[in-house]
Amino acid sequence: MAELAAHAHPAGMAHQFEDIEQQRDAGRLGMWIFLATEILFFGGMFTSYTIYRELHLAAFETGSRLLEVQFGATNTAVLICSSLTMALAIRAAQTGRKKGTIIFWLILTMILGATFLGLKFRFEWYHDYVENIVPGLGFKNRAEWGPLAPQVQMFMCFYFFMTGLHALHMVVGIGMLTVLLIMTARNRFSAEYYAPLEISGLYWHFVDIVWIFLFPLLYLIGGRYAMGGH
Amino acid sequence: MSGDSHSEHIVPVGVYVGVFLALMVLTALTTAVAFVDLGPLNTVVALTIAVIKMLLVVLFFMHVRYNKGLTRIVIVAAFFWLGIMMALMLADELTRRWDMYPEPWSTLLPFISKFL
Repeated sequence: MAELAAHAHPAGMAHQFEDIEQQRDAGRLGMWIFLATEILFFGGMFTSYTIYRELHLAAFETGSRLLEVQFGATNTAVLICSSLTMALAIRAAQTGRKKGTIIFWLILTMILGATFLGLKFRFEWYHDYVENIVPGLGFKNRAEWGPLAPQVQMFMCFYFFMTGLHALHMVVGIGMLTVLLIMTARNRFSAEYYAPLEISGLYWHFVDIVWIFLFPLLYLIGGRYAMGGH
Repeated sequence: MSGDSHSEHIVPVGVYVGVFLALMVLTALTTAVAFVDLGPLNTVVALTIAVIKMLLVVLFFMHVRYNKGLTRIVIVAAFFWLGIMMALMLADELTRRWDMYPEPWSTLLPFISKFL
């Protein structure tokens, strides 16, 4: 025990690291390697989207115009706000602020994340259901689609799988924020040690970036100007 | 141990707020442009704005601007792999139907045949 005491590390620092700085770099590197696999995970969907868009451009543009752009734009703004509050939560820890400050920014981030999901599930997807454009749940072909109808339905499948997988990542992110909240309340973080906050922040911002691409691909590039206002 | 290990770069609040405002303006801009008919440029503009927004988030919110080179190599490698996946799959897909649908690829054939 005496030997262990002689090897005392700062709170949160693991034995195998030279110093806390090296531990931070290692943690960040590990998280980015995980995010690299996430980029390829989402990349598979983006690639198949690109290929099918090229094959059925007219149907994909018709499908895109079925979506309500105000939901997509509002949710983009909500996610950007949540990225700011996440960054400020980490900054509060880095600058050694009181745990109340960190908790404030974390809760704000969670509220914004929940707002995103609430808008998506309660309003947007419900709207899609009422409009009968949910594949498998009363999807109705419209006369004006003509022979494009099956491919319009395929676009809606892409839309629900891509936004669904993104929403699943948001749910995981809110779960991570809950854990961070408890850790902060238990005084686990300091200006020296805030790795879980920073690592989870990287994940949160990554999920934000996925949405930054989903928004134009699904909502915006479908010849929306042809609709006349909206 | 090291009490001087506070070499971590702390991003000023002003930078975060500036990046946040830029992201909001770009979101409004990309939404507004979607309602203007630019032909094929609509897609180009939308994706260019998305890439700029991604760079802002990655460099400032994700601190990559202040990170070590090793982290950057991983990020560049990730996008390089994504590029391989997209390029090779599209190279297959885009060249499959040359014989079935002569347009618009047939316009390239006289040019390509000069090199064959």
